[in-house]
Amino acid sequence: MKIVVCIKQVPAKDAPLAITDASWIRETDIGFEMNEPDSYALEEALRLKEKHTGEVIAVSMGPERVKQTIKEALAKGADRGVHIADDKAHSLDPLGAAKSLAAAIEREKPDLVLTGLQSEDQGFGQTGVLLAEILGLPHATIIMQIDAQTGGLRVKRELEAGWFQSVELPMPAVLTIQSGINKVRYATLKGIMAAKKKEIATIARESLGVTHNPTQHIERIYIPSKTKKTEFLTGTPKEAATKLLEKLKHEARVL
Amino acid sequence: MNILLITEQRDAHWNKTSFETLAAAQQIAAETKSRLAAAVIGKGGAALAGELAASKLDEVLLIEHDLLAAYTPDGYTIALQKVIAQAKPDLVLLPHTYQVRDFAPKLAASLGKGMIGDCIAYRHENGKLIFVRQMFQGKTAADVVFEGAAPWFATFQAGAFRADLAAQGTAKAPVTSISVELKPEQIRTKPLELFREAKQAVDLTQAPILVAVGRGIKAPENIPLAEKLAKLLGGELAASRPICDEGWLPMDRQIGSSGQTVAPKLYLALGISGAIQHVVGMKGSRTIVAINKDQNAPIFEVADYGIVGDLFEIVPALSEELEKGKGT
Repeated sequence: MKIVVCIKQVPAKDAPLAITDASWIRETDIGFEMNEPDSYALEEALRLKEKHTGEVIAVSMGPERVKQTIKEALAKGADRGVHIADDKAHSLDPLGAAKSLAAAIEREKPDLVLTGLQSEDQGFGQTGVLLAEILGLPHATIIMQIDAQTGGLRVKRELEAGWFQSVELPMPAVLTIQSGINKVRYATLKGIMAAKKKEIATIARESLGVTHNPTQHIERIYIPSKTKKTEFLTGTPKEAATKLLEKLKHEARVL
Repeated sequence: MNILLITEQRDAHWNKTSFETLAAAQQIAAETKSRLAAAVIGKGGAALAGELAASKLDEVLLIEHDLLAAYTPDGYTIALQKVIAQAKPDLVLLPHTYQVRDFAPKLAASLGKGMIGDCIAYRHENGKLIFVRQMFQGKTAADVVFEGAAPWFATFQAGAFRADLAAQGTAKAPVTSISVELKPEQIRTKPLELFREAKQAVDLTQAPILVAVGRGIKAPENIPLAEKLAKLLGGELAASRPICDEGWLPMDRQIGSSGQTVAPKLYLALGISGAIQHVVGMKGSRTIVAINKDQNAPIFEVADYGIVGDLFEIVPALSEELEKGKGT
């Protein structure tokens, strides 16, 4: 089974965010990491390969730094990487980003395309579904289990309020993976060494021949104004704890 | 402008967030002096369409077909393409449900259009509609505007608008049936049975006090700290999604869009950053306390009381105070 997994590099969870040009954040001085939802998609791709044999190709779009995240995927067991190079990838709208990814994925003719549910930076949550439409493939989203059968897939979709649904679909197909579907592995030292010999093909985004008129644009990003007034309790841990219990008993009257 | 709201139902039961988006759509229609239609799609939607027609709307569109009885992204996309071709909306609004996330981007892209998803608000300024959505897990907000020709697609997050503010009409809106042609071979995915996992062991919705832990708890061996506090307060232990994903607490303890929605009298969030997916499940709580080391964590947006600091110092201090109170 030939599997393409889309992984995005996003600011590290604890990175302090500073807004620069009103539409993006300052990238210097912050760390980046693999988008956590995508790490579950990668793990699922690796498990499918281990079970059914095949190849896992990690695709990522962005500036030079995203190669580090591709290397991480290779160290975990992906066979090769594709880097779609674009320093301004963050300014693409959801459809523009998906068209670019689709153009690179199409060349690979995969049996299966996996993405995480959404990214932790822009959080469009559309990429997988858009890829399916652009590539002309069936899809299913928010997947909690994948069983590959002859010529097709049986998957478990998560619905709302604790409900699930089984869905069958033919391959090739696109699936978006729900976080928590599996336990993500760590890269081993052996894997890290092996990754050094694996190929990362770089394709300039402009060379993909994608034509796209943006459907939307971000006018500005900003720190949201508070809707609720939070009363902060200060002092030593003991003082803060005492003050909080006082408030809960006598002001909020919930204890 | 023509605005089209696409509602959601399953087996003739509403997905209630449809009415939150109806409230948003009515407001936008009033401010932009637009015509508002609402679509009911599926099988057996006639009764629901009749009910919806009592709302303040210009028209209700009813789309029924045997092949729409069970939701499929292909079936819904083909049917709604037809509806859009006929109703010619400029703006298509949908609730940001799991189902909508599964088909709406595809529907928009199939028409060469874009979608602004998961909006929490909108503004109408100088004749322009601006949609507000969150980025970076709620740490920032973004003002987003559409470019290019209509139709434009937008979805609103659960809880962004109040369903009880959806207005009733003075007269019933007309219900128009739109017939769609669908063939089984056009639907590539085969939906099978719906099911629930093992029945829920704890019903957190009934607990008056919840102590919820997030990533800040760091390791499973630290969970007893929170458990002890929950016990002393007479409450239940809950968690944000990552904790359940890691298997540190069972899934039935999860609060948020993919877990339970709760509104206890007291909700203590320990080391929970406050990602939108979590906040939608608990923001209705009467009193919210957040303890987090990051003073900019979005959880403080919804907290009544906050302590910025190390939960490993503050939680034991709280437990100690409560034990002292019990001893006397």
